[in-house]
Amino acid sequence: MDEPTTPAPVIEPGYTFGTVTDKISSIVLTRPTSNGWLLGFGVAFLVSMGLLYAVGYLFLRGVGIWGVNIPVGWGFAIVNFVWWIGIGHAGTLISAILLLLRQSWRNSINRFAEAMTLFAVACAGMFPILHLGRPWLAYWLFPYPNTMRVWPQFRSPLVWDVFAVSTYGTISLLFWYVGLIPDLATLRDRSENRGAQIIYGMLAMGWRGSARHWARYETAYLLLAGLATPLVLSVHTVVSFDFAISILPGWHTTIFPPYFVAGAIYSGFAMVLMLAIPIRKFYGLEDFITDRHLNNSAKVMLATGLIVAYGYGMEAFMGWYSGNRYDSFLLWNRLHGPYAFFYYLLLISNLAIPQVLWIRKLRTSPFWLFLISGVILVGMWLERFIIVVVSLHRDFLTSSWGMYYPTRWDWMTYVGTIGFFLACMFLFLRLLPMISIFEMRTLLPEAEVKAE
Amino acid sequence: MKRTSIYGMMAEFDTPGDLVSAARRTYEAGYKKIDAYTPFPIEELSEAIGFHRNSVPLVVLIGGILGGCSGFGLQYWIHVINYPINVGGRPLNSWPAFIVVTFEMTILFAGIFAVLGMLALNGLPMPYHPVFNVPRFAFASKDRFFLIIFSSDPKYDAASTRRFLESLAPRSIAEVPS
Repeated sequence: MDEPTTPAPVIEPGYTFGTVTDKISSIVLTRPTSNGWLLGFGVAFLVSMGLLYAVGYLFLRGVGIWGVNIPVGWGFAIVNFVWWIGIGHAGTLISAILLLLRQSWRNSINRFAEAMTLFAVACAGMFPILHLGRPWLAYWLFPYPNTMRVWPQFRSPLVWDVFAVSTYGTISLLFWYVGLIPDLATLRDRSENRGAQIIYGMLAMGWRGSARHWARYETAYLLLAGLATPLVLSVHTVVSFDFAISILPGWHTTIFPPYFVAGAIYSGFAMVLMLAIPIRKFYGLEDFITDRHLNNSAKVMLATGLIVAYGYGMEAFMGWYSGNRYDSFLLWNRLHGPYAFFYYLLLISNLAIPQVLWIRKLRTSPFWLFLISGVILVGMWLERFIIVVVSLHRDFLTSSWGMYYPTRWDWMTYVGTIGFFLACMFLFLRLLPMISIFEMRTLLPEAEVKAE
Repeated sequence: MKRTSIYGMMAEFDTPGDLVSAARRTYEAGYKKIDAYTPFPIEELSEAIGFHRNSVPLVVLIGGILGGCSGFGLQYWIHVINYPINVGGRPLNSWPAFIVVTFEMTILFAGIFAVLGMLALNGLPMPYHPVFNVPRFAFASKDRFFLIIFSSDPKYDAASTRRFLESLAPRSIAEVPS
């Protein structure tokens, strides 16, 4: 066996097509459901029942149970919406952009990162609908011929958002499912349980790995990646338009789109690491999700984190340089207002602490990366809190100033979506191959066809 | 015993390299109706079995154009024709504001066309297919590489085709009942 060289391998040596297939598919097919899984799923499921309870009460009583008021009409719901949808972006970045850039190390983390995207978008999508006040009329957001003879206002960024997020959800689902088809065929052929054979067989749609099919499949997959790349950059751009197109100080800035996209990828990679580190430990997948994956993800976080830092710097600079009294007041209010504590916490967790990722030792240490990723997720949540709440609570007129305090229903809904997200992840890990088997096969040295 | 018709003759190989060279030799030997089955995509293979016409990109292009036009058309029709609202005297056809939805619809349609087009051109979903009658074919989704010569090929003949496939030194050969 060769000595480990730098950079660390994407997949540890010694594997064959057969052993890669068996290792990944046995997690789903033959490994008994562990007590750890049952406990984790059980807790996540209970927490998501909390979400159901909070939403049920919301339907009964209306958004008055939340802390939102005038002037702060966009409370936790929009903070959480932006946070979740940002987390989703890393999955698409890994699966689409890194595919186009031929970064083959992505092959072992793209599947569960895409699943993470789907569940994060599902969590994100709930919030604007719950925030509508009359969520049962959410279909009014879509243009359809109706007896009221009215249409959505397409010049509004909020309508753009409906299209951007629903397109993003649909394309993410298609991309994920197309990637799954060959692996579902593997599960169909490996499974010894009749029920599983039928279910995986139906989902695989009769995939048989024909060379003609693979040629069309590869083209379609590559084109989907090419379509998903501008899409993922557009989604958070459109989300930032919800803010940037208004005239509120703190929102009305041209730096929002790039800074939102960078922040999205920043928090998304943090979530990928927070999931990948325990998964590779509990399922013994250190050979497939190697230190190289941790190192590369940490580097992406470091780079996007610096873009975010530039964004903060520019916001502060423009507050001073524009000479606009409302903009400079916003800066003062962030640093000295009632929510200043959270702004400093944000600076510490998003700017200061992640700088330790410059140290190579920490970039490959699962324990420290897990902690730093957690800090970044908190920091990115605080960023959205600062953007939404601090900008809204004191705007132009002193007479219309106010304060925002989240209620227990706000917290219950937010924590509930985390439970829902984790419950979905647990089910995914148990029922579907969490690593793309066919893409892992292409990484093996024996997959090379020697030129004649 | 019931007579079953034959779908083709299948040979099994151990490595992608063996399969690609076997496919090339089969194609050069004059067998044109052939296919190969592999557990992962192999770039050289579609060339080797003589597959050149891949119309997925065209389908995606049509989807994208259709999506873009219908996205812009929808907004134009709503805001200029069916439900015009004058906002501060700005033009009804305020096209810069329509770009986002036009873009999203382009991506949405192109993506859906890519997936459904790929499946339709591949003839999927197809729950039954003769190749699954070969027990060893279950390894085509794991670590084995298969080559098939269809019985519809004019050169196909049970005895001579088997002899030819044997000359390629496969791991096993099986007749595929349809």
